[in-house]
Amino acid sequence: MMWEIALVGNPNVGKSTLFNGLTGLHRHTGNWAGKTVELAQGRYRYKGKGYTLTDLPGTYTLWGGSPEEQVTLQYIQRESIDCILVVCDATCLERSLILPLQLQEKGLPMVLAVNLMDEAEERGLQIDTGMLEARLQIPVVPISAGKKQGLERLQETLRQVCEGYLPATGQGMQVPSAPETAAELTEACVKPPKEPRPDLTRRLDRLLLHPVGGYCVLLALLLLLFWLTIRGANYPSRGLQWCFDRLRYFPEQAAQWLGLPPWLRGLLLDGVYTTVARVTAVMLPPMTIFFPLFTLLEDFGYLPRVAFLLDSAFRKAGTCGTHALTLCMGLGCNAVGVTGCRILASPKERRIAVLTNAFVPCNGKFAALLFLISFGLSGENSLLGALILTACLLLSLLLTLLAAKFLSKTMGREAQTAFVLELPPYRRPKVGSVLLRSLLDRSLFVLGRAVMVAAPAGALIWCCGHISIAGQSILTWGAQILEAPGSLLGLNGGILLAFLLGSPANELVLPLLLMIQTAAGSITGAEEIAMGQLLARNGWDWKLCLCTLVFFLFHWPCTTTLLTVKKETGSKKWMLLAALLPTAFGIVLCISLQLLFRLLGV
Amino acid sequence: MEIGLDRLEVGAQGRILQVGVPEPWGKRLEDMGFVPGTKVTCLRKSPLGDPVLYSLRGTGFALRKTDSRRILVETE
Repeated sequence: MMWEIALVGNPNVGKSTLFNGLTGLHRHTGNWAGKTVELAQGRYRYKGKGYTLTDLPGTYTLWGGSPEEQVTLQYIQRESIDCILVVCDATCLERSLILPLQLQEKGLPMVLAVNLMDEAEERGLQIDTGMLEARLQIPVVPISAGKKQGLERLQETLRQVCEGYLPATGQGMQVPSAPETAAELTEACVKPPKEPRPDLTRRLDRLLLHPVGGYCVLLALLLLLFWLTIRGANYPSRGLQWCFDRLRYFPEQAAQWLGLPPWLRGLLLDGVYTTVARVTAVMLPPMTIFFPLFTLLEDFGYLPRVAFLLDSAFRKAGTCGTHALTLCMGLGCNAVGVTGCRILASPKERRIAVLTNAFVPCNGKFAALLFLISFGLSGENSLLGALILTACLLLSLLLTLLAAKFLSKTMGREAQTAFVLELPPYRRPKVGSVLLRSLLDRSLFVLGRAVMVAAPAGALIWCCGHISIAGQSILTWGAQILEAPGSLLGLNGGILLAFLLGSPANELVLPLLLMIQTAAGSITGAEEIAMGQLLARNGWDWKLCLCTLVFFLFHWPCTTTLLTVKKETGSKKWMLLAALLPTAFGIVLCISLQLLFRLLGV
Repeated sequence: MEIGLDRLEVGAQGRILQVGVPEPWGKRLEDMGFVPGTKVTCLRKSPLGDPVLYSLRGTGFALRKTDSRRILVETE
């Protein structure tokens, strides 16, 4: 028999750290009752009993009506919950006590964990948790989840409450006004420092939120993030590709031993194996660099500052600064960015953010963008290349804002929105847990989905390259059929076909392009220099490169992203719009480029 | 003196008198601690002047002017 514990608390109080501290890595994420909110569940054993811990979304209140709050409220009222574990922030107890006070009205068994005791101590705050316990009439345990202090005592308290030894419902506690009671309790239980210490957060904010310096730091950090991702991913990517090429020996031997017919061998090895290997080799290294770095910034408390700095620009487009954060996540992977849109409180803004996420190029596009820029436009000049890439990013930001503006005008007015953004104090990130968590939660999750799509796609691509109808492979037929629409966009049929077949993952588009243009039967892991020579021989000039680049930036998102959009919005209609919107922008841009070329006579 | 929170100068402090933000946001602000009697300090404006950062019970909150002008504060 397992005891069930629900973990609740405000955002930014270290709930997840406590969750990880108690459960280690024994956890899985699952959807709850068809809602779009994912709940993480984990298990631990204590004194021979098993405990299931459910990490509920961070909320300030339970009656606000947002999806997270509804889920939390429904969940804690389930019969099977044995105890609610509420987490508070010792450094701002007054605010974080409001939630437990509201919960007390429900009369559910509850344990209060006052987290970040170490930070409170550093700031010279003295907190009398014994007094708090006496006043609230529920068990109160001081902890420092980051340092794993007090967790043993917390587990013991939870055991006693679950087994019914310890009263935890705070009977008869009627709270007239939770905020007022919280203020009064804080007054009674917290002794402020004799002389206030210099506040690191204020001082850092003076730089990071500076009217000029703030934007400079933001830009510098973004560039650093990219640079580390692109440069750092290069070598492991090649290494992985090398390993996969060597490992191919084993399935080849196995196929021979089993006596598979040549066509099946080709389908499985040249089709499925090569495609999956290629996607993994290109996708995994940048993700394992980008997401941990991004999570470090998140943990440090920098991201809300970005939202603060960018709110004005995004308000003009009908959304808010938080939208910018989802776009930053989209730079890593659009599917993750789309999931990240849950942080937007207003349903309309959330929808706009979901639909516009694919306007920013994801990691999967970067390698190809860099290749196209250096091959067709900038040549050896790396400064010019960097400038063109920056221009691409600015263009995608501009078009995101345009699309958001368009959507917010057409989607109708929302009753009433407000924008409240909490800027929590800066915290030293927990490097170890950050690395592990972002690796498991984001990188592997995305990779898993991508591989699931890449395997059948690889088989399909192989078939298209090898099945002939009337003396021509399906690929050649496809390229011929698509020649007319392709040339309208300044591309050619082969390029358009590569984009279509590459839908499962953007990483596939460039190798597919090469395979089609050179009439090869399967994807290869060819080096970039070789690729460039091949393309040049097939008549690629800078105009073709520019149009391909623009269409690369703005076309339908990958299948993984589209499926995520469908899951997040719960409708095929929005998924379709998410595909059509960037494509429409791409088509208009490409045709305008064609007209411009015509006009300039180049 | 009674003014809207949006008119509180940077560095100045006020005491909340009334939160007139329409529901459900009014309730949400209340739960975050924006209740009558609480002291608010205006910390800094964002580069383009809106939103503005306030300190309330030791936590920083950014509000847009359209919302903050509906919060009535009293200054000395």
